[in-house]
Amino acid sequence: MMVGLDAKATWDELVHGSIVEDRSIDLRGQSVLVATSDQFRAAAVLIELDGIARRVVLYPPDLSREHLPYVAKTAEADILVTDQPEIASVTHGIGSVIQCGRSIVPLDADHDAEIETEWVLLTSGTTGRPKLALHTLSSLADSAWHTDPSSGSTVWSTFYDMRRYGGLHIFLHAALTGTSLVLSSAQESTADFLARVCAHGVTHISGTPSHWRRALMSSLAGRIAPEYIRMSGEIVDQAILNQVKLQYPHARVAHTFASTEAGVGFYVDDGLMGFPPELLAQNPRVEIKVQDGTLRIRSTRTASRYLGADSPALKDADGFVDTGDTVELRGERHYFTGRRDGTINVGGYKVHPEEVEAVINRHPVVAMSLVKARKNPITGSLVIADVVLKTLGEGSAASQQDILQYCRAELDPHKVPTAINIVPMLAIGDSGKLVRHA
Amino acid sequence: MDTKAEIIAQFKQVAGEHDKRLAPLTDDLALLDSGLDSLCFAIVVARLETSLGKDPFSEDEDARFPVTFGDFVRFYENAKS
Repeated sequence: MMVGLDAKATWDELVHGSIVEDRSIDLRGQSVLVATSDQFRAAAVLIELDGIARRVVLYPPDLSREHLPYVAKTAEADILVTDQPEIASVTHGIGSVIQCGRSIVPLDADHDAEIETEWVLLTSGTTGRPKLALHTLSSLADSAWHTDPSSGSTVWSTFYDMRRYGGLHIFLHAALTGTSLVLSSAQESTADFLARVCAHGVTHISGTPSHWRRALMSSLAGRIAPEYIRMSGEIVDQAILNQVKLQYPHARVAHTFASTEAGVGFYVDDGLMGFPPELLAQNPRVEIKVQDGTLRIRSTRTASRYLGADSPALKDADGFVDTGDTVELRGERHYFTGRRDGTINVGGYKVHPEEVEAVINRHPVVAMSLVKARKNPITGSLVIADVVLKTLGEGSAASQQDILQYCRAELDPHKVPTAINIVPMLAIGDSGKLVRHA
Repeated sequence: MDTKAEIIAQFKQVAGEHDKRLAPLTDDLALLDSGLDSLCFAIVVARLETSLGKDPFSEDEDARFPVTFGDFVRFYENAKS
């Protein structure tokens, strides 16, 4: 069963039914751009199109519509499927537009899955224009799942939108194994989502560290009782691992490295941030190495290439994907330190915002933080931080000083934030990651 | 706000925060001999932008960088808010 905010269906109904309203247009062999308002409909459309369409393109809801023409052209979209009249009313350079219905209608005859459909996922480039990463069902669904085979009582859920890799591979796992899945919704608050998770008896749940930090701040955090908690998409710091273990002492907690381009790399379930060097050689089907300071992956789970004539290479000459995530070996363990292109330059010293956030997040009054650059005429940039306190309204000035003192004790001088702003909340994108404006 | 007094206060505060020994802030003190390093100066400039509402460094890219403490104070006194 797949459950959305206001719709649900069994996997059987989804596989043997249709949500696409206009049956006169032949979808066979076409390149289809899917831009629906909600995940449930997107999921239903994808199940329907896989095996029939030549290519499906997943347009995530948080991506500005200004990119629709570019994406349509680059993906050579023949058909647009949407449930939003305002998108349907503009052709965006696409030949046909099909409205997507509200509910699933059983089909008389099953279509035969004839084609290996290409699945195109969009990732945000730093310039705003998305990159189109090409996958197939096999690259997306191929991942050792890391949990026991589903029992009748297993119910998965994810904070992620299923149009992003983090949510998509959970959706595909559920669909292919017939496991129940509860989808999240951008239309509901964290508390309402947690209430639904509780109501549906969710046992396994996945999200980014930012999703989890926000969930822990909810009064309903204690209502859910997952057996298995997974984190991915952002660097996992020790603070969030400890906080989740404290809140859910009976859950197994794992964090995983995965990205749209590289697929799932590995899982870490020893309760510690970073990963042990043994993981690099653990799985012969997933080759992982650190080269020039960043993590590289070669496996059958990676995307094959970016679409578009002027797009960069997704893999190097040997087939390795450069994840762009910087890794440092300290003692006996590897630690993720940030993004190669996300460092703040303070008078020639490079600072990874994530490293400073990990320190700030260890402070007992802090729920979450965002470190950014403030332009400066002397050093180029200085480090500043926006901080959300665990308890709103706690003595702000005292907390700021306390946090600053703590940072001074733990960090090199150029990494210490020169200003701490206490803020009520931090923006988390639909990708589940903290919004870091370039 | 008295510009010179605010500048002196920020120099002292930043020196304290960074465990630097500040030389006596006379007009002819060379900034490079003040005891503050470039990170400290950057922070002083950032804080003065907040308290005085001025950033003369960014305002005029061709302006001569102040050399002495007196130059620094005049730099701020002459800057537009």
